[in-house]
Amino acid sequence: MANEVIFKNRDLDNLWDIEQYRSRGGYEVLTKILTEKTPPAEIIDGLKTSGLRGRGGAGFPTGLKWSFINRDAPTDKYLVCNSDEGEPGTFKDRDILRYNPHALVEGMLIASYVIDAHYAYNYIRGEFWEPYERFQNAIDQARAAGFVGKNILGSGFDCELNVHLGGGAYVCGEETALLESIEGKKGQPRYKPPFPAHVGLYGCPTVINNTETLSSVPTILREGAEQFRDIGVENSGGSKLFSISGHVRNPGVFELPMGTPFSELFELAGGMRDGSKLKAVIPGGSSSPVIPGNLMMDLTMDYDTIAKAGSMLGSGAVIVMDESTCMVKILDRMGYFYHEESCGQCTPCREGTGWLYRIVHRIENGQGRPEDIDLLMDVQNRIRGKTICALGDAAAMPVAGMLRYYQDEFQYHIDHKKCMVGAGV
Amino acid sequence: MSALEIKNRDELFTPEIRAEIDHEIAKYPEGESQSASMAALRIIQDANGGWLTQERMDEVAAYLDLPSIAIYEVATFYSMYEHKPVGRNKLCVCTNISCMINNSDQIVEHLNSKLGIKFGEVTEDGRYSLKEVECLGACGGAPMMQVGHKYYENLTPEKLDSILDELE
Repeated sequence: MANEVIFKNRDLDNLWDIEQYRSRGGYEVLTKILTEKTPPAEIIDGLKTSGLRGRGGAGFPTGLKWSFINRDAPTDKYLVCNSDEGEPGTFKDRDILRYNPHALVEGMLIASYVIDAHYAYNYIRGEFWEPYERFQNAIDQARAAGFVGKNILGSGFDCELNVHLGGGAYVCGEETALLESIEGKKGQPRYKPPFPAHVGLYGCPTVINNTETLSSVPTILREGAEQFRDIGVENSGGSKLFSISGHVRNPGVFELPMGTPFSELFELAGGMRDGSKLKAVIPGGSSSPVIPGNLMMDLTMDYDTIAKAGSMLGSGAVIVMDESTCMVKILDRMGYFYHEESCGQCTPCREGTGWLYRIVHRIENGQGRPEDIDLLMDVQNRIRGKTICALGDAAAMPVAGMLRYYQDEFQYHIDHKKCMVGAGV
Repeated sequence: MSALEIKNRDELFTPEIRAEIDHEIAKYPEGESQSASMAALRIIQDANGGWLTQERMDEVAAYLDLPSIAIYEVATFYSMYEHKPVGRNKLCVCTNISCMINNSDQIVEHLNSKLGIKFGEVTEDGRYSLKEVECLGACGGAPMMQVGHKYYENLTPEKLDSILDELE
């Protein structure tokens, strides 16, 4: 447990209850900050030292993000938490909401104090009803204890904390689409700049952080920024929640130091199921390019190492596939997903994801054409970097990744109208 | 309530429903009641047997003092709003990668044959409908589905049978 931050106190029964949370120092940091009126810049410096980076997938330094807010601006400011967990393979924030919701409540209140926000919203995906109830209960308990609402702990600081439930749209995990959604509109991403730190929710300065990011804050401030930083490795401070699923024996969420060898995570998840052999790993959610299993076994789980290997740590969502897995079928399903979830605003994404899906789908169904592999590369190229938000890139990158390592499977499908995996080649 | 028993506006917008929507509106700063459009649609959909009609959407728009188009846009953008009748139990089955490689196909086939319906269809008695959904963020329990507010994980055909029996 020494290296755990979010789930440090997992051994406690009913950690979601405020008394349990407080029995291990919960809300002490918030109380200290509010009663001592800690200068916000001091808290931001602490976060910068900690090396905490956005856990939603983009990995942007959290302290830096908070520092962009001009807390003296004459407008309202808003704090928004992104619990719209939807990157395929990711299921960590659901566990935070269910098992340690007060860490998030406390983290959101600290962030609100730092940026001087009097309204904070947690955007929880609409399907997460049970996690939402658990989190709402935590808000209610925190309010009853005087941590939420007007004049918190007599400090003069007001902060209302509420949940906004989503309605089922992957793109709302994109921060500006999420803001549109809180405003009660279609979740179509906004142009950046202006960035949310300047023009965010209701046109006001806004900080948006992932659930895991905000939930890490109380422990970092309580136990020391250096201690958190030193859990991880250079450029990837702290611990991280990894969601591991697929063909492993014990799928689940594991909190490990950044820089932990993949082989250790793999072992914690029980290794391959039913004696099957490891084929490939998607290391950071379905948008991150696939990495062959033998290469993955030599990598460590941190931003730089996975980036150097040509993929992304993303949300830390690891999907493990065994040798029976057909990569064409995987890409076919992914293509369907991105096409289905494209918001339709940018032509390269709206049309391009349709092209990607239809081409891979016909290859998968034995109707591939000789030119299809070149066509796939061409189409993914025409999407990348040409859209308002990252959904286009997210749809394109796995295509290039698949063709980099598994082009022979696609070629076999095209040439033989059947699957190489099933054919036992 | 079955899909055929359409309530009129006053029957639907009971004091309780109004209070529920007003509670949502109060979460947002003054003048930002449009923010409650998603919640209002959800509340009305639930009260309306699980789906929305144009009349229902118009009523939500009127209640929030918004043009109808603002509500149509939201109601058609997000996948959790339904525009056709659904079963009393809407079975939302994930078929994304982690579920797919854990045999979600087998789950879907079992439901197809047992209930005699495909995705997007409702059983004749109105008890079940089937919907294909994208990743619901429970990949550690793949294959999985959602029914109402509840997640059912690590599904097998046998497990499905007992779940279906429990759902009224």
